[in-house]
Amino acid sequence: MNPHESNHEPLLEIKNLKKYFEIKGGGALGRKKQTLKAVDDVSFEIYKGETLGLVGESGCGKSTLGRNILRLQDPTSGEVVYDQKNILDYTKKEMRALRKDMQIIYQDPFGSLNPRFTIGQIIGEMYEIHGIARGKEKEKKVKELLELVGLDPQRYHSYPHEFSGGQRQRVGIARALALQPEFIVADEPVSALDVSVQSQVINLLIELKKEMGLTLLFIAHGLNVVRHISDRVGVMYLGKLVELSDTDSIFNEPAHPYTAALLSTVPEADPEARKERIVLKGEVPSPASPPSGCNFRTRCPLATERCSQEAPAWQETRNGHFTACHYPLEKGQTLKDAIKQRKEQPEKNTNNLIMA
Amino acid sequence: MLGASLKEDVNQAEPQEEKRRFVLLTRLKQNKVAFFSLWFLLIVHFVVFVGPVLWPLSPDELTDVGALAPWTLQHPFGTDDLGRDVFARMLHGGRVTLLVGLCAMLFSLIIGTIIGACAGFFGKVVESILMRITEAMMAIPNFFFVLVALTVLGTTPVMVVVVIALTGWVEIARVVYGETLKWKEYEFVEAANAAGASARRILLKYVVPQILPSIIVSGTLAIAWAILTESAISYLGLGIQPPTPTWGNMLQNSQQYIWTAPILGVLPGVAITIVVLAYNFLGDGLRDALDPRFAKK
Repeated sequence: MNPHESNHEPLLEIKNLKKYFEIKGGGALGRKKQTLKAVDDVSFEIYKGETLGLVGESGCGKSTLGRNILRLQDPTSGEVVYDQKNILDYTKKEMRALRKDMQIIYQDPFGSLNPRFTIGQIIGEMYEIHGIARGKEKEKKVKELLELVGLDPQRYHSYPHEFSGGQRQRVGIARALALQPEFIVADEPVSALDVSVQSQVINLLIELKKEMGLTLLFIAHGLNVVRHISDRVGVMYLGKLVELSDTDSIFNEPAHPYTAALLSTVPEADPEARKERIVLKGEVPSPASPPSGCNFRTRCPLATERCSQEAPAWQETRNGHFTACHYPLEKGQTLKDAIKQRKEQPEKNTNNLIMA
Repeated sequence: MLGASLKEDVNQAEPQEEKRRFVLLTRLKQNKVAFFSLWFLLIVHFVVFVGPVLWPLSPDELTDVGALAPWTLQHPFGTDDLGRDVFARMLHGGRVTLLVGLCAMLFSLIIGTIIGACAGFFGKVVESILMRITEAMMAIPNFFFVLVALTVLGTTPVMVVVVIALTGWVEIARVVYGETLKWKEYEFVEAANAAGASARRILLKYVVPQILPSIIVSGTLAIAWAILTESAISYLGLGIQPPTPTWGNMLQNSQQYIWTAPILGVLPGVAITIVVLAYNFLGDGLRDALDPRFAKK
């Protein structure tokens, strides 16, 4: 059923990845240490040649996950298997060589470019670092790249501040593409841009991806942004992956209540189509003190006693559709129906107290 | 419409940011005292380093007009207690004093930048060790350290430079450390890491150039301190020894004649004061010019 299951081999396997931060604070002298679980036991595969969208609210750990996969931060534990080897075991030197194959595009087109370098230097660094090209040859390669991402090669000697946000983001893309990597993490590449420029940059990414056969992990905080570009979509909540499936399945038949609630708030282009919007109550809890059991239970309209006691396992509920929920929605069932159903035949001890 | 907004963007960005160096100079110009100090120092350095080549008299040879001679055209500042030309001695002494100041400052900058940048950039154990050393140095009173070290190690010009530099780097290290901590968090630094750059390359090409303005400010203040320290230890007889003239040992030498020939003490004293003051003004001015809140003033 799911074409990715059979036809695609995994490029990267992420197994039980955890990234915990120790934060000081609390206690009389601020000595009590707390553990912030930014990424908590996340496992999934990224298939060769696919675009995997990763969405979640701010602070849910999606950017941290992206950085940990690239080892820009060192994960607390887990595995990232690339080419049958766990890259978390790589030495610094091996890792530096591997960086040719894995690149990142940043969210902030201002902070991610060195203000003292010309864009020629910024992109040319990629060749110099790996000893691929210097001088005239480097300049030629960089100018080709600038053309590829839709920038005027004449601006080789311009500084980043002479460009607009969208143009700078193109510089960032050119830099990521310079070494012809196999895998790119795009960390909210369009969030900082004007809506009019967003679609240009997304289309550029789609085109380049096709042309160069890239595999993309596309991080965004809104579902509508990833829909257009992704083959599969993963949804994160409070450090955990709660749902992962191919794009159509996520958008048409979400299994996790959180995804369903998110989807109900995505604006529809058709004014006739009336949707029941489900607004989640409350705030996202602090990742430093997540709720017991299921992370989402404090805001979940379907939560029961069971949700506060045991954390739901990450399992394949349908073919190729992974969810972490005790009460996943069935195919074709809307969240509204599920809530209604729950009211009619409540499980022993519904979690209404917590909800109120 | 999109094209228009892009162009607008570009036009706005350019005059705003320019290159930071030029911004620094324009801002410095607005601070009259600092800008005047800059010119004054340039002139003093020119006179002191080029002057001895043009002025025919040697600072060591005795003249035929005798000791403590009055000011004449031939000897603009007269002669000292041994009958040597004071003008020549001021030029040569200034050269030594300023050179000691410059060299000590350079050494301080090198040590301070390396220690501060490494501590900030590498963190963990490196940071703990280097910053504890820095703090330990801060706990030792600088002047006594200099006195003791020079008494033990001897008072050759090189030693004087080294010992002054060994006390001067601490402040610089702390400034550089703080700045490194700030800049290493920038995404373009992480991007260099993601590109596979070595730690050394990231530190030297990405982090240190951003700190350069702060280093320059620290350097100006370090020179002032080095000159003052050199003069102070010379005055105590522990600095560079006669007959090599420095403004400090000229000051010391003039003590006995303070009533008979006060000008012998006033000249080096005033020279030291003005130069140190000018360096301090310049350093303060540079610091203000680099302050991002500058525009509000």
